[in-house]
Amino acid sequence: MVTIPDIPVARNTAAIRSENVCRHYHMGQNLIRAVDGVSLQIQTGEFVALLGSSGSGKSSMLNLIAGLDRPTSGSVVVQDRDLAKLSREELAKYRLHVVGMVFQSFNLIPTMTLSENVELPLRFAEVDRHQRQARAQEALERVGLGQRMKHRPSELSGGEQQRAALARALINRPRLLLADEPTGNLDSRTGTEIMEMVRHFNRELGMTVVMVTHERALAERYAQRMIFLADGKLVDDQPNAAASSTAPGGQHEAS
Amino acid sequence: MKLPDLTELALRNLSESFLRNSLTTLGISVGVASLVAMLSLGTGLQASILKRLTKSGLFDTVFVSSRREMRGMPREEERNGPAPGESRILDESARTEMERLPNVAEANPDIRFVSELRYEDKPHLTTISALPPSAKSNDAFEGMQGNFFSSDTAAEAILQKSFAEELLGKRPALGAPEPSISELAAPLLGKELTMRYAQRAPSSPEPSPGPEAQKPDEDFAAASYSVISREQKLKIIGISDLDPESMRGPARARVFLPLKLAESLHVMQPTDIREISQAASGQPVYSSISVRVKDPSRVQPVEDAIKKMGFTAFSILDASRSLQQVFRVLYAFLGIFGSLALAVASIGIVNTLVMAILERRREIGIMKAIGASDRDVQLLFFAEAGAMGILGGIVGVVLGWAIGQIINFGTNIYLKSQSLPPEHFWAVPWWLVVFSIAFAFVVSLLSGLYPAGRAARLDPVQALRYE
Repeated sequence: MVTIPDIPVARNTAAIRSENVCRHYHMGQNLIRAVDGVSLQIQTGEFVALLGSSGSGKSSMLNLIAGLDRPTSGSVVVQDRDLAKLSREELAKYRLHVVGMVFQSFNLIPTMTLSENVELPLRFAEVDRHQRQARAQEALERVGLGQRMKHRPSELSGGEQQRAALARALINRPRLLLADEPTGNLDSRTGTEIMEMVRHFNRELGMTVVMVTHERALAERYAQRMIFLADGKLVDDQPNAAASSTAPGGQHEAS
Repeated sequence: MKLPDLTELALRNLSESFLRNSLTTLGISVGVASLVAMLSLGTGLQASILKRLTKSGLFDTVFVSSRREMRGMPREEERNGPAPGESRILDESARTEMERLPNVAEANPDIRFVSELRYEDKPHLTTISALPPSAKSNDAFEGMQGNFFSSDTAAEAILQKSFAEELLGKRPALGAPEPSISELAAPLLGKELTMRYAQRAPSSPEPSPGPEAQKPDEDFAAASYSVISREQKLKIIGISDLDPESMRGPARARVFLPLKLAESLHVMQPTDIREISQAASGQPVYSSISVRVKDPSRVQPVEDAIKKMGFTAFSILDASRSLQQVFRVLYAFLGIFGSLALAVASIGIVNTLVMAILERRREIGIMKAIGASDRDVQLLFFAEAGAMGILGGIVGVVLGWAIGQIINFGTNIYLKSQSLPPEHFWAVPWWLVVFSIAFAFVVSLLSGLYPAGRAARLDPVQALRYE
């Protein structure tokens, strides 16, 4: 069922490694250095927060890791794949099978029902209809939306929409969960609900999580490690003892 | 993505902006309808004209004449053959030889002469022509009053309408309505005509009654013959509306006799004088022969075989070949005009899809972020264009067919009011249905080429940046 062969990954090996990665672009006459020589390593199973003010390059960095964007120079290696060397087609496959993404604005397709939204990645993976529906149902049940399958996103609250988006991110059983301000549009109670789920996937399924946020409190509460960016550069990288200590010892591999 | 998924997503995307996509599809329908209308008009016209030509009996006929007739007018194709002066004589033995050629139904001599016909003691001069019994099925006799010849030797005559008018002294004034054929037939049918003609007879004192009576040893007699003035009574049994010899041009005959009767009369024909020095075999010599071929498609080999025998042969096939050329040009023109509307419709598709990209920019970004490849996005837009093409094609064919039916209905009402037989100028053959839908599909896919490519290349980061 897993379309990309499972590479046995040991704990505490690098899931993501970037070396002097840059993403520059032109805006009119100005050269914008969105990401400017960032080198970092994220271990398999880690929960990392990318912090910084707006324009610090944290979202650009996340897009590079997600394979949505290509670095101007330097390299991003995710599970031994150098993303800069992948073709557009291979990058799409990478996004499909290795990465799950959630966004601040949920990004569900408004004309589709929840189950259709959730099973959309399986369509791209050419999974047959029968299996698709079963897996969408399972994923939605896991985020507590088993009864809302036939609803359209506009009929749901923000928290419910983000849960559906989480279900969609997990449907292809990715190794990597990338979250771009996942609680930015939610009140603190539903935000907490979402974050608890993310933590659950990190711990129970062994997924590596990279979350972009500007809320330091949120990062301190959930992330094991906090990486600070400013003007496209890495300015600080510190473990978060509080969150790490709560991590249980015996974690399962992703199924 | 798999095809069923693509189709499903494409159709639901199309139904999301239902009005806009319906209008675009309607545009394709109108384009296809105009194409179908134009091409079916072309096919209908062609079928209707070919049917007339086939029914006229001239389509399966090869006209044969001696090369001697061609003296002084060497055509290019004739130059290669023997010189006209020495070529074969078109006589009875040549006729039977032609009749024995494969695929030949019959070979009849063309007998035509100018003669005087007396009706109620008034003389009328006209061209007279002989018809074989097979001419009965000729289209020209469709609206005939009276009957066809009772036998091939009967002393009977069929008159052409204009000659009937002449006999009755009813030359219509210019612009006045023509007298109807039944009006003309009533006083003439069953009446008697007296034909005065010049018989060519061997110089022996007794005129022989038939061609068979001529003995082979009468070489000398045939070479020098006398001309005797004779009379023959003819019964008018039919008045024909149309001209069965309409393809013959100025030499058209207005009175028709049964072929065997005409042969037995030994009427002197203009060509006989020329033949005096050559007609030594004692056989009848013909100025021309009509060879009827069993199947119109076999005309060419028969024509070639006759040419090989050393005669000049001509068939309507030669004419129909250039007719087909004309139809090909007509088709191309009709096709181009029909396609114009489809071309306009295809711009509509491009426009609709480019609009859709703008509207669904974010959706495309989302799909790419969760793993859609460039190809998936491209195929999705292709599927939308293709679906509009097929739907438009189907609706268009139905529309075009309906327009054709209405026009057929309309023209037939008009034809009926003019007391003409109904015609189907409009025919939608099945290949046109398949071709039109396929063409609409291909045109739509081509129109989708640019929008689909543009959607596929959309940068997901840009697409997701803005709300």
